[in-house]
Amino acid sequence: MATNVAEQRSAAIATLPLRHSGRAAGSGPLAPVKELWARRDLVVLLTKREIRARYKDSSLGIAWSLLRPLAQLLVYYFALGELLGLSRQIPDFALFVFIGLTGWTFYAEVVQKATQSIVHNGGLVKKVYLPREVFPLASLGSGLFTFFVQFIILIAAIVVLKQVPSLSALPYAIAGFALIAIVALGLGILLAAVNVYLRDIEHLVEVAFVVLFWASPVVYSFRFVNEKVGGTWLETAYLCNPITLGILGMQRGLWASGASPEVGGWPPNLPWLIVLGFAIGCGFLVFAHWVFNRLQGNFAQEV
Amino acid sequence: MTTAPIIASVRDVSKRFVLHPEKSLKERAFSLVRGRRNSSEFWALKDISLEIEAGTTVGLVGHNGSGKSTLLKIVGGILEPTSGEALRRGRLAALLELGAGFHPDLTGRENIYLNAAILGLSRKETDKYLDAIIDFSGIEQFIDTQVKFYSSGMHVRLGFAVAVHVDPDLLLVDEVLAVGDEPFQRKCMDKIAEFQRDGRTIVLVSHSAEQVGSLCDRVVVLKQGVMRYDGEAEKGLRVLRETYIERAQDTTSDAGARGRIYSVNHVDAVAKAQGDGSRVTVDVVVDAHDPQPEWDVTVSLMTPSGVRLTSVGAKEAGATLPPGAGTHTIEFDFHNVPLTSGTYVVNVSIDAPDGFMWDAVGSAATFTVDRETTAGGILQLDASAQYRV
Repeated sequence: MATNVAEQRSAAIATLPLRHSGRAAGSGPLAPVKELWARRDLVVLLTKREIRARYKDSSLGIAWSLLRPLAQLLVYYFALGELLGLSRQIPDFALFVFIGLTGWTFYAEVVQKATQSIVHNGGLVKKVYLPREVFPLASLGSGLFTFFVQFIILIAAIVVLKQVPSLSALPYAIAGFALIAIVALGLGILLAAVNVYLRDIEHLVEVAFVVLFWASPVVYSFRFVNEKVGGTWLETAYLCNPITLGILGMQRGLWASGASPEVGGWPPNLPWLIVLGFAIGCGFLVFAHWVFNRLQGNFAQEV
Repeated sequence: MTTAPIIASVRDVSKRFVLHPEKSLKERAFSLVRGRRNSSEFWALKDISLEIEAGTTVGLVGHNGSGKSTLLKIVGGILEPTSGEALRRGRLAALLELGAGFHPDLTGRENIYLNAAILGLSRKETDKYLDAIIDFSGIEQFIDTQVKFYSSGMHVRLGFAVAVHVDPDLLLVDEVLAVGDEPFQRKCMDKIAEFQRDGRTIVLVSHSAEQVGSLCDRVVVLKQGVMRYDGEAEKGLRVLRETYIERAQDTTSDAGARGRIYSVNHVDAVAKAQGDGSRVTVDVVVDAHDPQPEWDVTVSLMTPSGVRLTSVGAKEAGATLPPGAGTHTIEFDFHNVPLTSGTYVVNVSIDAPDGFMWDAVGSAATFTVDRETTAGGILQLDASAQYRV
């Protein structure tokens, strides 16, 4: 009996092709994608682990993921909106700030978490073979989760303030968010790999995000930029930031009272800029994954 | 039976590690400016080729730093070889660390799903095995408790339970069988035996010669990244002991410079057949460099696979050991040794009264028992049997 089982097993093994133990440098560009698709259960579980573990044992639980942006919103609303008087120039300032903050928080969270993801999961990387992309992907997943929780509040605010945007503007919001997501994932994957070899990256990223926050129109509107440097190369440089484009898209789509160009000061070719940004973002993601793939072979010994 | 297919193949694999002690941006910038690379490299593996047939149990042995764990990781795809290639097929489970990826804040049950997914099980398959896993781990009552409250034993039990239910064709084991209490260890060994009957392939890294000797059909001996032997288990363990001796001699010469107190200079062992047993004599020659008033020599007789048959201390056996620098010879005499025919090994150690070991030599000598024996196994005992009505 036992030998039958054994023989069946060895017969089954004989039919399988011999494959590279890790990921061979020469395998096709789609092989990792297939591999990741096969392990999608794992990405979901790792995402859940990250979310659950974050708020486990706290009595407020998931509510915490709302409190931080709400506190930020209040600070910006009062300090910038009321004290510095921005709300006189930007209608529905609270809504405006919250849209920008939601997009920005998502971006910052995904990139920062993903950057640390390989190093923080070093125990696993060293002991088990996994397609290592699952870790930055799980960071994207947990970022998406936080985003959706905030997004629900945003919708509630829109309904309460009766500032429902027109349906025709919604594609802006979706495209803008997609642009942010693809850039965040690309950057996250790239930095996750580099951070294994150069641990300074995660600290650098933290500092860079403090600065970059002011390089996108989150707490001020693009109209101010346009009025100051409109038509010069500075405005072009400002618009080269894909996150700026993504946030502009989200604001254009969801901020009803700023829909007109006079109030919002939207760049005239915004749709094309977003589409172009998205295309470049896709290219960047492919490049980032190529780098990741090159570097991942030595992760286990460097972590 | 047809020839077994190859389940894993390692072809001309070498692995180089680069050691760079510094990792911050500033230090890297400095070393760039100075144009000097602050890194050194060494080869953990050199030109290793290995074909592993399905259904075999292979032991990778060697002393610490010989590259055996690196080789295991390359077979498992965790490390990539610097040159050469490693191929495999079938489902793999690597027990390099039990409970790798357990999250302390999640419950045992949640961690089973997570750990199983890490090892490659889909959610549906995990559902199917869940009860068996919990049952095997033997910690039902704590399964909905967070893992951070587990004792290390419970942690390991759960990790092992998940790993053995992944239904692997190829199981990689690194030193993890020596965990848990004795009943659990026995359970693990039973599971390994079941795996062997099922025709699963096991690649095992172990320091326990006894374990390797009893489990493996084939032993690969590594020394400093080079394959020294590949073949039948018993011979492999002998080669392993030789590498230990080489290493001990290397370290002895090192230690000599630092001033060694006592060292084993020479050991001779002879077995002679007698009427109802063998007489085994062991002569131990000890050099005393820095004499201490209290010292003792212990001689152990072992089987080639590392099972200790007996250990005798010279003092206990009636010898007086005078302090004094120079060469001392101690004679051990074992009467009526009821061993069956075969070759046996002698280990020698010199101990201080506080338990500190000044010197130890494994496989210091061998002796061969050659006499008419009727029993199987190790012992020829005075046995009789009769039919009772």
